[in-house]
Amino acid sequence: MTGIIDIATIWAFIIAFAVFVYVVMDGFDLGLGILFPLFPKKADRDVIMNSVAPVWDGNETWLVLGGGGLMAAFPLAYAVLMPALYTPMIAMLIGLIFRGVAFEFRWRTLSKQNRWDIAFAGGSLLATLAQGIALGAMLQGVHVEGRHYAGGWWDWLTPFSILTGLALVIGYALLGATWLVLKTEGGLRDKAYRLSWWLLFAMLAAIGAVSIATPFLHVHYTQRWFAWPNVVLTAPVPIAVAAVTALLLRSLANRQDYQPFFLSLALFALSYAGLGISMWPYIVPQSITIWQAASPENSQVFMLFGVAGLIPLILGYTAWTYWVFRGKVKPGSGYH
Amino acid sequence: MFEGWDAVVLARAQFAFTMSFHIVFPAFSIGLASYLAVLEALWLWTGREVFINLFNYWLKIFAVAFGMGVVSGIVMSYQFGTNWSAFSDKTGSVIGPLMAYEVLTAFFLEAGFLGVMLFGLERVGHRLHFVATLMVATGTLISAFWILSANSWMQTPAGYAVNADGQFVAADWLKVIFNPSFPYRLVHMVLAAYLTTALVVGAVGAFHLLRDQHLPGPRVMFSMAMWMATLVAPIQILAGDQHGLNTLEHQPAKVMAMEGHYQSHKDGAPLLLFGLPDQAAGKVRYAIEVPKLGSLILKHSLDAPLAGLDTVPRENWPPVPITFWSFRIMVGMGFLMMGLGLFSLWARWRGTLYQSRLLHICAMAMGPAGFIAVLAGWITTETGRQPFTVYGLLRTTESASPLASPAVASSLIAFVIVYFAVFSAGVIYILRMMAAPPHHGEQGPRGDAPARAAGITPAAGLAARGSAR
Repeated sequence: MTGIIDIATIWAFIIAFAVFVYVVMDGFDLGLGILFPLFPKKADRDVIMNSVAPVWDGNETWLVLGGGGLMAAFPLAYAVLMPALYTPMIAMLIGLIFRGVAFEFRWRTLSKQNRWDIAFAGGSLLATLAQGIALGAMLQGVHVEGRHYAGGWWDWLTPFSILTGLALVIGYALLGATWLVLKTEGGLRDKAYRLSWWLLFAMLAAIGAVSIATPFLHVHYTQRWFAWPNVVLTAPVPIAVAAVTALLLRSLANRQDYQPFFLSLALFALSYAGLGISMWPYIVPQSITIWQAASPENSQVFMLFGVAGLIPLILGYTAWTYWVFRGKVKPGSGYH
Repeated sequence: MFEGWDAVVLARAQFAFTMSFHIVFPAFSIGLASYLAVLEALWLWTGREVFINLFNYWLKIFAVAFGMGVVSGIVMSYQFGTNWSAFSDKTGSVIGPLMAYEVLTAFFLEAGFLGVMLFGLERVGHRLHFVATLMVATGTLISAFWILSANSWMQTPAGYAVNADGQFVAADWLKVIFNPSFPYRLVHMVLAAYLTTALVVGAVGAFHLLRDQHLPGPRVMFSMAMWMATLVAPIQILAGDQHGLNTLEHQPAKVMAMEGHYQSHKDGAPLLLFGLPDQAAGKVRYAIEVPKLGSLILKHSLDAPLAGLDTVPRENWPPVPITFWSFRIMVGMGFLMMGLGLFSLWARWRGTLYQSRLLHICAMAMGPAGFIAVLAGWITTETGRQPFTVYGLLRTTESASPLASPAVASSLIAFVIVYFAVFSAGVIYILRMMAAPPHHGEQGPRGDAPARAAGITPAAGLAARGSAR
C-alpha cells in the first residue's frame, strides 16, 4: 500500500483513462445535441445525426465502464459518491435516455414537428449539465461519516457546481462544433466554423473561471498548485493551454478541417490533467484516498488481466468502426 | 411529501420498475441478434432474396429495441450506487469485477460492431458485415453470461470471504463465477430469450399470413418461429424443472413460497394448483391441490417428506402471494408455448401450416407470452429470495443507500413518467414497423441510396436471384 506504483494507483489511472475516453468520445456527440437548436433545417439535422449514429452507442459504453469499474475497483468511493451526487446522476440518466432513443426514434415518427429532435437536444443538454455539476460537487468535497455519505440530497447545489456545469456545456459544444467542421461541408461547415470561434473564447473563459475558483474551495488545492516544488510540475499546464489555444486559433483562421477537433481534444486533455493534479491522491476529495477505497488486491488483479488484454482490442475495433465511417457525411444519403 | 414513506420500500419499487422495463429489451434482443445472424448466414449461403429482406426487416426493429435496451441498461448500472450504496460497498469487490468483465467483453463488442451491422453492409462487404452481425449476437450472449453470473452469486453465494470492513471478497474466482445456480439460470434465461423472440417473430408472421397466405417473407419467418417453439419449449420446461430442483437444494424457502407450502408435510406434499396465500395467517386459503404430486415433482418420490415455511424463522419468509402467483403465470405460459409448438407441428404434418387461421390466431395471441413469462420468472426468483440481497448473508434492509425518502420517491416518479413516455413511443414505432409485411427490396435502417436498392444480392447468389419468390 506504500509503493509509488501499486495496483490501486494503476486502477486509479485506468478509471481516469476510461472517464477521459468517455469525455473524448461522448463529449462531441453530446455537444451536437447542445448545438442542435442552432441548426433548425431538417437536412442539416439529418447530417448531424448521421455523423454519429454508427458510433454513439460505443461512445456511451465508456461511461458504463467508468461506473462499473469504479464499483469494482473502488467500491467505497462508488458507494459514497453515488448517493452524494444522487440528483445530478438521476438527471444525467434521464437526459441520456431521451437523447439515446432519439437516434432511432426520430427516423420513425410520422409527425412533421419532430419531438425527438427536442428530446435529443434537451437530453444532451441535461446530461452534460448534470455531468459538469457532478464534477463540481465532487471537487468541493462531500460529507462522509464512517463508510457512508452523510450529507443531504441538495448539498451538490452551489455556485461552483453550477459553474462547472456550464463550463462542461461550453466544452462539449466546442467539441461538437469542431466535429462538424471535420465531418461536414458547405453551409453547415461554415456555420460550424463560426460557432467554433465563439465557443473557443467561451471555453477559455470557463477554464479561467474554474481555475480561479478551485483554489478557494480548499487549501489542499492551493498548496497543490502553488506551493514549491509542486509549481515546477503544475506551471507547464497553463503554458500548454496557451500553446494549444494559439494552434487552435490558427487552424480555425486557416480553415484546416481536421485540426480544430483534435486540438479541442488536447484542450480537454490539459484541463483533465489539471483536474487530476488537483484531486490526487483522493478519489473522494478531502475524505477518501484511492488506497482507502480500493477493493482487495485479488479483485483488482483479476480485472487487470481483462483490462490489459481487452482494452487494446476494444480500441482497435473502435478505431476500425470510425475508419469504416470516415470522411465527410453527404446530405440525404446517410452513410452511403 | 413522502416523509412518512420507507426509503427502502421506495428503492425496491424503483429497482423493480426500472428492471422490469429493462429486461424486456435484452430478452428480445438476445434472441433477435441470433435470429439475424441465422438469416444473414442463410442469405449468404443460399443467395435467396427472401432472407436478406427478412434480415433488413428485423434489423430495423432490432435497432429500435437495442437502443431502448442500452439506455435503460445504463440506468441499472448506476442504480447500484445511487439507491443501493451499502450493497455496493459490501459486494462491489465480488460482483463489480463480473460486471466490469461484462462491459469489457460484451458491451463494447455489441456497441463496436452495431454501427457496421446497422449501416455498413455496402461499406465493408458482405462477409465482413456478417462477422459484425456475429459479433453483436455473440456480445448479447456474453453479456447474459456475466450478468447472470453476478445475479446467481447473489442468489447462491460461493467462493467468498468477509474482510475486516464487512465487505465480501473473492476467495476463489472460479467458484464465484460458476456458483451453484449459475449454469441453470444461464440456460433457462437464454432459452427464454430465444422463445420470446420466436413467439414475436411467429406472431408477426401469422399476422401477415392471415391477410395473405402467399407472402414469401411471412411464410419463412412463421415456419422458422414455429420450429423454435416446437423444439425449444419442451427443452425449456425440462430446464426449468432442473433449475427448480437446484433452487430446492440452495434456496429451499423460495421453493416453499413458489409452492405455497407454509406447512411441512411428513409423508408426501401435495401440489397446490391454485389458492389464495394468506401471509399473515401463514396458510393458503381455498387451495385446490393434487395429493402427493408436489413431492413427486420436487423429490421424484410420492411419499418423500417436504419441509414448509414453518421450519423457517418468520423474519426470513419471502412474500408468498407474489412468488406463488408469478410462478404459476410463468409455468402456465411455458405450457401454452409447448401447446402452440405441438399445434404447429400437427398443422405442418397436415400441410396447413400457412393456411390454418386458427393456428395463426393462436400464434398472434401468444406473441407477448415470452415477455410475460420472462417477467413472471424474474419476479418469482427475485421476490422468492427476499428478504436478502445476498442470500442468507446480507438483508435487503441493510443494502440501501442512506437517503431520505423524498429523494428516492422523486427519482421513482421521474423514472415512471419518463419510461412510460419514452418506451411506449418506442413500442408504438416497433408495432408500426411490424404492421407492414417484409417486401421485395426491403431496406435496412436509414435505407440505401436509391440507385443501389435493387441490387442487394450477394455476388455468389446472383444466379439464384428470384428463385426465392
